[in-house]
Parts: sequence; structure tokens; C-alpha cells
Amino acid sequence: MAVLEEDFTLGGLVPGAGLDGLLGVEHGQKADLFLVTDRGRTVILYKVSDQKPLGCWSVKQGQTITCPAVCNFQTGEYVVVHDDKVLRIWKNEDVNLDKVFKATLSADVYRIHSVQNTEPLVLFREGAVRRLDALLAEPQQEIEAVISDEEVIKWTKLFLDSNQPVLIFVTEKHGNYFVYVQVFNPRNLCKYTLLRGEEEPVTLSFAASVNERLVTLLCLSCNGSIYETLIPLNQSKPEEKQVLVTSLLLKTNVSGSVLKGVSLAILDKDHVAVMGTSLKAPKESISVWNIKFQTLQTSKELSQGTGGQLWCYGGKLFMLHGKFLTVIPFKCEISSLAAALGKLKNIQAPGTQTVSHFVNWGTFQGDGLESQDSNNLVPLKGQSKRSSRTRRNETRSQLEDSTNKEFLSGVKDASEKHLEQQLSKFLADKRTPEFQITVGHIVTELVERCKAEPAFYPQSSLAQLVQTQGLSYSLCPDLMAVALEKRDVRLLQLCLQQFPDIPESVTCACLKVFLSIGDDSLQETNVNMDSVIGYLNFAQDEKMGKTEVVQNGFSPVLLEENNFDDKLNKLDDTMNTTLTCPVTPQKAALLNAILHSAYSETFLLSNLKDLTVQHVILFLQYLHFLYEKCSENASMTLPGPCPPTLNQIMDWICLLLDAHFTVVVMIPEAKGILASLYKFVKAQVWVYSELNKIEGSLQQLQKLHQQRNMGLYSIEVLELI
Amino acid sequence: MAAAERGASRPTGDNRTSRRHRPPPLTLSAHFRLRGANDCFRGQSARTWCEVEAGWGGERESPEQPDRRPEAGGRRPAGGMGEFKVHRVRFFNYVPVGIRCVAYNHQSNRLAVSRVDSSIEIYNLAANSFQEKFFPGYESRSTEALCWAKGQRLFSAGLSGDVIEYDLEQLSVKYSVDGFGGPIWSMAADPSGSYLAIGCEDGSVKLFQVTPDKIQLERTLERQKGRVLSLSWHPSGTHIAAGSIDYVAVLDVQSGSTAQKMLMDKRHPGSQRRRCVVWGVAFLSDGTVVSTDSAGMVQFWDSETGTLVQTHPLASSDVLSIAVAEKEDSMVVGTAEGTIFHFQLIHSRSDGKQSQWVRTKPFQHHTHDVRSVAHSPTALISGGVDTHLVIRPLMEKVEVKSYDAALRKVTFPHRRLISCAKKMQLLLFQFPQRLELWRLGATDAAGKNEDILPLSRNAEHLLQLKKKGPENICCSCISPCGSWIAYSTASRFYLYRMNYENNSVSIKRVSKVPKFLNSALQILFSADSTKLFVASNQGSLHVVQLSEGTLKHLHTFHPQSGTLEAMPLLAVSPDGNWLAAAGMSNGVSIYDLKHLKPHGTVPAYNFPVTALAIAPDTNNLVIAHADQQIFEFSIPQKQYTDWSRKVQKHGLHYLWLERDTPITHITFHPKRPTHILLHDTYMFCIIDKSMPLPDDKTPLFNQLSLREASENVRRRHAHAFKISKKFQPLLFMDLLDEGTLVAVERPLEDIIAQLPPPIKRKKFGT
Repeated sequence: MAVLEEDFTLGGLVPGAGLDGLLGVEHGQKADLFLVTDRGRTVILYKVSDQKPLGCWSVKQGQTITCPAVCNFQTGEYVVVHDDKVLRIWKNEDVNLDKVFKATLSADVYRIHSVQNTEPLVLFREGAVRRLDALLAEPQQEIEAVISDEEVIKWTKLFLDSNQPVLIFVTEKHGNYFVYVQVFNPRNLCKYTLLRGEEEPVTLSFAASVNERLVTLLCLSCNGSIYETLIPLNQSKPEEKQVLVTSLLLKTNVSGSVLKGVSLAILDKDHVAVMGTSLKAPKESISVWNIKFQTLQTSKELSQGTGGQLWCYGGKLFMLHGKFLTVIPFKCEISSLAAALGKLKNIQAPGTQTVSHFVNWGTFQGDGLESQDSNNLVPLKGQSKRSSRTRRNETRSQLEDSTNKEFLSGVKDASEKHLEQQLSKFLADKRTPEFQITVGHIVTELVERCKAEPAFYPQSSLAQLVQTQGLSYSLCPDLMAVALEKRDVRLLQLCLQQFPDIPESVTCACLKVFLSIGDDSLQETNVNMDSVIGYLNFAQDEKMGKTEVVQNGFSPVLLEENNFDDKLNKLDDTMNTTLTCPVTPQKAALLNAILHSAYSETFLLSNLKDLTVQHVILFLQYLHFLYEKCSENASMTLPGPCPPTLNQIMDWICLLLDAHFTVVVMIPEAKGILASLYKFVKAQVWVYSELNKIEGSLQQLQKLHQQRNMGLYSIEVLELI
Repeated sequence: MAAAERGASRPTGDNRTSRRHRPPPLTLSAHFRLRGANDCFRGQSARTWCEVEAGWGGERESPEQPDRRPEAGGRRPAGGMGEFKVHRVRFFNYVPVGIRCVAYNHQSNRLAVSRVDSSIEIYNLAANSFQEKFFPGYESRSTEALCWAKGQRLFSAGLSGDVIEYDLEQLSVKYSVDGFGGPIWSMAADPSGSYLAIGCEDGSVKLFQVTPDKIQLERTLERQKGRVLSLSWHPSGTHIAAGSIDYVAVLDVQSGSTAQKMLMDKRHPGSQRRRCVVWGVAFLSDGTVVSTDSAGMVQFWDSETGTLVQTHPLASSDVLSIAVAEKEDSMVVGTAEGTIFHFQLIHSRSDGKQSQWVRTKPFQHHTHDVRSVAHSPTALISGGVDTHLVIRPLMEKVEVKSYDAALRKVTFPHRRLISCAKKMQLLLFQFPQRLELWRLGATDAAGKNEDILPLSRNAEHLLQLKKKGPENICCSCISPCGSWIAYSTASRFYLYRMNYENNSVSIKRVSKVPKFLNSALQILFSADSTKLFVASNQGSLHVVQLSEGTLKHLHTFHPQSGTLEAMPLLAVSPDGNWLAAAGMSNGVSIYDLKHLKPHGTVPAYNFPVTALAIAPDTNNLVIAHADQQIFEFSIPQKQYTDWSRKVQKHGLHYLWLERDTPITHITFHPKRPTHILLHDTYMFCIIDKSMPLPDDKTPLFNQLSLREASENVRRRHAHAFKISKKFQPLLFMDLLDEGTLVAVERPLEDIIAQLPPPIKRKKFGT
């Protein structure tokens, strides 16, 4: 759910500001302070919670501020540019901008960006970028032109991604848009062409967010549609021509009328705010959309008109409403389907107005159709072009096809390292259609090549591919065979975790490999230890400590009147003293992967018979250890993120015993385990028989309660409040 | 139970076997009897009786009361309603009688229901299914058929061989006409309503012409071999389908001859040859005859050719009843297993030229035989041996969610069967054939909410009064002092003088009852037990002065000229100055008893009155209507009170309006003038007029949550409606004194236990 709260205005009239009066709103030194720059001569510092200005600075008559003032968070100073080239830097105490530090630059400044924890960056109109400190050291330095003559910067934004600044700016030339991504350290500028369909309307507003080396760029076009573009931030070499594909994310306007003066802001991962007006409904409004479910969350009418500009900082939306700078605080909750659908049902909080825009799922071209296509597992060439698809998507998938083909042909002869690089690039853009099919093809190609060239084994690439979760055993049956051959336990573990359809024979083969592989060779492999970290550290701590095992609240001491039990208990004692894991943690993690895998008993039993006696004993010991660990706490579960469950453990013990019973009975090493298991079963039977005895009495109690007031006559007390 | 046996047992009427019963009290030679000292309730030991005896000194509560009352008052939280000791009575051994026939009248949207004891009830489906009229039963009569003719005239016929017409205005039998054909098994009115056809034991079908004031035998159609168990007219009125044993005959009305005979298949699967009883027939306008029979079949016949068109085996037991919607696009049948099946005419081709009857929905709302079904435009109506009347709306016909969309199950009468002598703590229970007088027990203990207090004296059955003659009891009343009991049948009025001395109860019939007191629809005593008010079925109200041994007729209020409508609801003001009487349609009339003249009427309202009462001191008349509205009318000022206007302006809570049983009793608290106590079958409510009214957003049933809440929260959230649903199904509730209530419950399980066993059906796993 997203809620727009009651709005308030900041201070009074913004002096000299018309409807298009604001240059920008930027963060001040503290979270609650904001710098507001108007298009004339003034910079005002507001404290938003008090709704009052803390300071106001103006440039001289005749000068014009050309770039919104920002705060240099490193020094606490403010920076502004007037008349394109003149840089002013001042502090809170300064009163007159004329008297503060001034530097005249050699080129026109487009924007100064400043975010916490980095030096401010200056973006010049020609596309060059400089750090502010470097620029101040040599104000008159030569500024190169990065973008071509007729390109104009339309929009720009600075992010911090893993503490590295990333500057992105969008330019326009003859109706074509280009995206530049500037990373620093190493300094690298990538240029992308924003590929758009022929009929795609004029883009009006941009917004972007970055997440895990992936920039999401949202473009709002004048027909109210929001398009999404994903830009990977991998440090590949700048190539000649890189093309970015846009995909339709959301239609905010079903009527198809043209919007004007619209603006877009990203509120959080799932919510965007769209402000603007359509020709049909002349009143301007701001609405919050959930992009995950494409639902309208809330909207608010802005009756006095807006400047078409929208800023979003820390839970507040800033806009020029009428002649006032208006702040609307908002709240976004984590979106869930129920919440997304719920809003449309129960109508609005007072003061807000829900526009009855229902998203037309049929026209939406997003994930739905594509996943349908990929489910069909049609060949890559994509013969089945659906008639319902628009031409835009066709061009797009053709483009994808060509890149995929290129990539696939590369698979056949590329080196492992090159392959890895290519692959990560490919995987960065999961949204391509037929992604799953392509992954399947890549894996098949790779496995074919592995079989042909014994030396070729791109382990990390394969692991990466398996982790896409788009694969299954039946899609690439040879993958596990190759991995078994290479004894690549890490890949096998991944396969066991990811594939839903591994045949029992392969599961058993994996089990054999896991049990037989040497501990020292396991030390080096990078096995996922999630399933064991919960309890294996424990085990090592109490290696020597004897623990009293209480099974399900039942103490085996009760059975000691039995002679046989005495013996068993002695055996048990020796067992308990050695309550350490019989296998290394790495091996345990691998075995847990086996325990987690799905199987059918009939098929597994016949395959389990192939195990050698030593392996059976080792596995039994490990399972017994797990069981003992389970019974240490009342809930009968193992700690950790995804440990084997008690049922899985017991099922496997039963299966192992069923498969090898005659052998196990004969072997002296197995006696301890068998005795302990026998005792456990006996105890369980005893507990159940006791429970059965109680059941009758409990039922009687229940009956008593029901019959309590069934008499024909009684005098009761009734109190009414 | 085998079908034939079941059929054969029908003429004997009530074949109910009681699986759990109390030994019947010995009946003395007189028509009333006293309960002796060792005949007290449920094998009470002699010791208990002695205690009772000791406590029966007349002034038995006076030593306790002064102690208890201030204490109860002192503990009462501010603004609260206080505590009540509730006498929770479950020994009212009332068992509703099984339903025999239901007949729906399209014109008035009313439903007539006849029961096995030949009593008849009229339900107004437009007024929240309120049971607005009642005709008491008659011992030797047994209604087998019920139908509406000539608009809104109601006829019944039964095994006594008579056709009876009822006077729906005066609530009495208009006349009865002998059919001269032995017991009558079936009756049907022709589509125009001007002819009645009856099917007789001797196999004849007789036609009666309905004249404005009587019916007249016109002729007898061709005689069949067996008794005619079911009849249906063709919508054109030219033919009659008559269901007999083993066959259905189509009779030509004009010539009186049998035009077609359709023989039932005698080869029942899995059993030897048995006679097949056609329990129901329906004649559709396209000439199709639908028959339901004892073999569990619903069969569609072509009456032109006499061929079987379609067969639906529905059940392994009898299909007892059938009813067709007026539009002939839907029909309902009821089986002996308690299931009703809905059949619909489904167009099998899109152009609507071909259509087919398809069994669509089964409904299992009954545990026992469904003896009769009816089809209203929007609902399926069924009733049977398990005594429930079920109104099942067809969702596709109901457009808005309202009362009509809810399933109705009417089990208890909407009349009061219980009266109470407050001071003596006596309860008078009215059964169709007897009255029972019980004395409530006592306790010395006090307790807090929900506590069950130990009894110092148990309740005691004092008297059983058996009615005389074949007519069932229609109404009864005990005077507030307990010393008078009056009851009435359809033609006689009885008044008894009670005497409680030491430990014995003596009863003496007052023999010199004035002539005009020959029957009563409602009887009421004044608060001081000096006057008796009797509503007679001509619409007049008699006022009689009571004194030891003699009765003095004071006055008779005659209805306004032109109306003869009976006034079955009466209320008298505690000061004895005002009397209010309500009929079903003409509003409430108020009479001035001091000057013995009419005082005025409360304006008529669309929905019938279900209960009324006059408050002490203020003489405000509180009226409850079938649509759950409550009005308060000030009698001295002849206008609605401010509170009543406030309620109307504010509107009642939606949950209050959605209750489906009417308010049957209203009473007042002598010390708290702002309180109105009332109840329906499923809740008891105290309305505190001084509290704010709840709106739809506040929870109506908030007693439980308030109990948990703190004093402050209580004060904020409490509203005028204090509702307790603890006592269910509640047949009667009254205030005995300031801190004591009596609640008479009749748990459904106790009723089910006294019904005959249902047909055993194989259930999975048994």
C-alpha cells in the first residue's frame, strides 16, 4: 500500500517564481534541510519539518542562476552556478553571494551532483564530468566535448552503487535518445542507444534507480506509458554500438490521450509517482502506482496546477503547486498482491481521489506473454510469432535473436574466461524473451563441448547457469553426467538443490561420489554450507562433552528395568560420548543436498543397493548423528537456514536399512546404531500407547464440558452492560 | 420403512413414537387434574418436597428481598444494566406438529401451512415471513389437502370427508361441506379458481363450484379403481390429471370420462412387486403430466398418447410431493428422505425451440419426509414431518441481497404460548390439547455473570389441565396474581379460579360465563387481576369485571364499522386505564377503560404488528413490527414520542433489521423507565432509551467485548441495545421482579428426540 499524506506548503510565495519557476530541490546538510533554487536569482534553505526558511541567498541583479544549488556534504558548503560558467561556493554564515568564493570555468555547466560521502561532480553541457575538487584546483582547465554537436542533455542523475559513484545522463538528438553511463575508478564512459519502436511517443520524463550493478531507467512518455530499460554496470570495454531495449512497464493512462507537463519519480522498489495532466481531464493530479502489480495505489488532485516538476527525497515529494512549493509526505509499504488489489476495492481516504483506471491486462505486453512463450520450449529461432505481439516486440526479439545467436556461436570456441565474461553480460539482462530457452541452449552447447574436449570444463559458467533456476534435469540430462565424471561436487550440489526432476539413479550416483570423495579434496572446493552451519559448529564445541539425550521429552532411563535395555543403554552411552559428526562439514552439506532431493521409494531402493557397506555405515552414522541432533531440542528440528527435516532423516534411515538390512545386521560396526534405533522405536511405541490410554479420559472430559448445563431447569446470573 | 406401510399408516394420523419421554401424568376423571405431593417434577425426593412445603407459606420471599435488593443495586456498575437472576426453563415440553400441506397464494404472496393436527397457519411472505394468522386444530379432522381458490379464499379437505373454508378475517371456520366420497385425499382448484376438484377414498373425483359464499357439488367424474391421491388441473381447465394407485388417469372435465390412463412401471428395481402409489401429479400446459410416486421416480408423460417421456429415479424411498412454478420453467419435488430436488426447464438449443426438464439442484434441509412443497416465484418452500417450514430462495431469481435472499427455517410459532403470573412465579404453558401450570424454583445464593446458582427449591409441576372436546386450545392466559386461568377453543371459553392453600392447589371452573364469551382469540388480565379482556373473532373486545364467584360484563368495544377483522394482540396499561389491540392490517386501536370509549388509533404501518405493550407511568405504547421496526407512541399525547422519532430518523442497526424472527414479547422494568425489554427467538434485548443509538459501523452485539473492556471504554462504546444471545431458542422471556427474569427455552435437540425416526440412509463409511 502506498498512501499520500496531507500536503503542506513550504514558506510563502517563492519570490519571482512563475509556474515553471524552480530549478531544483536538493538535500541540505541535514536530513530535514532542503535547498530550493528558483529560476531567477534566489537559493532558499528550508527546514521542512518546521515549514520555514533558514536562509536565503540571491545573486546580483542581472545574474541568473543556471544550475540548482547543491550541498557539498564533504565540507558543508553550498555550491551554485550562475550565468552558466560562474561557480559560487558559500557557507551557512555567508550573507551576500557577491562576496563569497567565485570561480569562473571554461565551459558551461549543466548540473552539479552531490550525494552523501562523495565529492560533488560537475557535469558540463558537453558531457564531460569533473570532480569538484579537481575543478577548483584548476578552474580554467580544458573541458573536452563528449557528446556530439547537436546532442542535448535531457536528464541526469548520480547514484552510489557499492560506494562508487555512477553518473547517468540521457541526451537527445533528432528525436533519438542516448544514455551515457559514467563510472569512476576506473573511469569509464559507456554510451548506449535507447532503442525505441517507431511509433513510440515522445519521452517526457526520466527516473532511474540502481540495484546490484544494474541501473533501471524508467521513461515516461506522453501517452502515459512507463517504459523500463535495464543497463548493466559491468566494466566491459566500451564498444562501438551498444543498444538498450525498452520494455513497456506500465500504462498509467488508458484513455490514450496525450499527457503534458508530466513528471515521474521513483518512490521505492515497487512504487512510482506520476504527476501530470491529460487533455481529457484538465485537472492535474499526482498518482502513485505499484509497478509490480500495475495497480494504482492512490492519487491526489492538484487543483492549482503544477510546474511539471517533481522531486522525491526521503519519504517526501516536492512540487510546485500553484505558486507554492508543496510537500507531500508519502508512505509505501512492501507491496503484496493482496494489498495491491485491496486498494481498488475499498475506496479512498478522505481528500484523495481514486481515479478509476483499471489496468488492461490484455494490452500489457510484459512478462506474461513472454513466459508463456518460453514455457512452450519452442526452438530458439522463434518461429511462433504471435499475431498479438506488436511490431515493437518483434523488432526487439529479432534483435535478441541475433545477439543470442552470436553468443551461442561464441560458446563453441571461446575460452573459458571469455565465456564467463560474456555469460555474466548475458545474464545481466534476464528480461529478454525466451531467456530460459536460451539458457537451455547454452548449457546444452557447453555440455556437448565438454564431452568433445576433455580439457574444457567451464565450472563457474555452468554453476552460474544452474543458478538461474531456469534449468531442470530433463532439459540437460548430460550436465550431471559430466559433473559426476569430473567429480565436481559443487556443481552436483547446486544441481541437487535446483533441479526438481533428478532420477533416483543419478541421486544415488551423487551419493556414492559424495561418500567416497576424500576429505582433503573437499577442503578446497567451494561447497554451499548453508544447511550445516546451524548445527555443526555446535558439534565441534561439545566434541568431548557427554550429552543426555532426551527423546521427545521421554527419558530412556524409564526402560531400565529391562535387562536388554541395560545393555543397550551401555551401548548408547558409548554412542553418546562420541556425539560428533562422523563426516566433515563439507561432506555433511553435500549429504544434506541428497536428503533434500525428491525421490520415489521404489526406484531409490533398487539403486541404494549398489552402495558399499562402508558407505552405508558412514551414511547411517551421519543420519543417526542428525537424528540425535534433532532430538536435542523440543521442536525436533535442526537449527540453521535449511536443515534436513526429521522426516527426511527418518525416511532415509528406513530406506537405507531396508536396502541393506541383512548386511547391516551382520556387521559389528553397525550394532551400536541399530541398538540405538531399536531403542528409539520402542520408546515411540511406548509413548503412543500411553497417549492412547489418555485419549479416552480426555474425550470424557470434553463430554463433561458439553453436558455442563443441559439440565431442564437452572437459575443463572446474566449481566448486561 | 416400506412405502406401502408408510402410506397405510397415514389415515391414523399421528403415529409418532416418542423415544425419550417422561411418564405421562395420570389423568383424573375430570378434565383437569391436580398434581399431588408425590407427583412433583422428575422424581424429586420427598425431602425436597418438604422443603418446598416449608417455603410455601405465601410470604416466602419477603424475608430475603429487603436484603438482596439493595445489595444488587449497590453492586451495579454506573451506567450498566445490572445483573439478573434468570430462571432458565427448559421443561416446556412443546413439540411443533409436523407439516402436512403448504399452499402458496400468488395474489397476496401468502403461504398457508396445515399441520398434522389440522391447525392452519398463514405466513405473510412479504412481511418477513411473519406468521400472521392461526387456526387451531380439531381432533378428528385431518387435513390432507389445502388450496387457495377464487383469489384469496382458503379451503382444506381431509380424511373426515369434509371440505372446509376458513374465514381469514375473523380467523374462524366459515363452514364445512361433506364431499360424500369418504375420506378426501387430494384437492385442487382450477386455474380460474371457480372450481374445486377433490379426490376421494372411493376413487371418485368430485367437482365443486365455488360460489361467493359457499361451495356447491356440481358433479362427479368417472370413478377410478383406487383412492385418488393427487390431482392437478390442466392450465386450460379442460382436463384433470388424477394420481391413483399404480396409474395416473387424465379426466376430461367436460364429459367426465377418463381420457387417458398411464400405468406405472411395476417392476421396481431390487424388490418384489409392490403397488406404486402416485403421491403427486402436475399437469403442464403443453400436455405433459409429471408424476411422483412411491418407487422414488419422477416421470414425465405425454397425456395425448399416454407414453412415458422421461424418467428420473430420485430416491430409494417415496417422492411425496411436487409443485410447479407459475411460469412452468421450474418445479420442485420432495422426497421421504428429506431432500428436495429442483427441476428446471433448460433450453437445449440456443434458439429456445427445444427444451428439456433437467434435475438441477438437490437441497437437504429436512431430516424427515418432505410431505408438501410449494413454489413461489422466488423460492422453493417445503415442509414435512420434522416440523420445519423451509423457504429456500432461488438465488437466480433474487436480485438484491435482502431478506428474500436468505434461507428461512421457521420452527416455532410466532404467537406466545406462555403466560406468566409474576408475583406467584407461575408459568402457564399452552399445548394444543392441554395447559400446564408450573411453579418456578428458588435460590438463596448470589453470584456473578454466567454462574449457575444452587437451587434451594426446584421448579414444580402444579397442574395439568386437559381441554374438553375435540377442539384444540387457541389461546390461554394466567392472571398476574395467579388466581385466574382462562383459555379458549374455537367455540368455547373457559375460566378457572385457582386457590393455593398450604401445599395444595385447588381449581374451580367458573360456570356462569356470559353468553357472548363463546370464543376468544386472545385473553388478557389487567395488572391487578380485576379485569378480563377478551378479543373475540368478530373484532369486538369484551371487558369483564372479575370478582370472587361472579363475573360482571362491563363493556364491549365494537370494531369500527365495516371492519370485522380480528384483533389477536392485546395490551393493557399497568394502571388499568388503557387498552391497546392490534389486528393484522388496521393498525393499533387504543381504548380508554376509565370512560369506556375508544381513544384513537395509531396510524397503520405497512408491516403487521408482532408485539405490543404499554409502559407503566408514562403510558407509552411500544409496538414491534414484522420488519423489526419499533415505535413508541404516547397514549395520553396521542403522538409518537421523541425517542421513537429519533429512532426513525437515525435508523436501526442493519443487523437488527436483518434478524429473521419477529419480536414476540415486550415488557418493562418497573424501576427503570428508560428500559424496554423485548425478545425474539434468538436474542433477548434491553433497550436503554437514554443511551446513544448504534450506527451501522458500531458492533451491535457488543456485550462480550464490553465485558472485557475497562470502565472507560465501556462508557464510550456502550449503546442503547443490550443484547444477550445466551438463551436460544427463546420462546418466552419476562421480568418477574426487578432483578429476576424468566427465560423459557426449547432446545431443538429435545424436539428432534421426540420426532419419529427418519428413514435410515446409507452413509459412506457406516
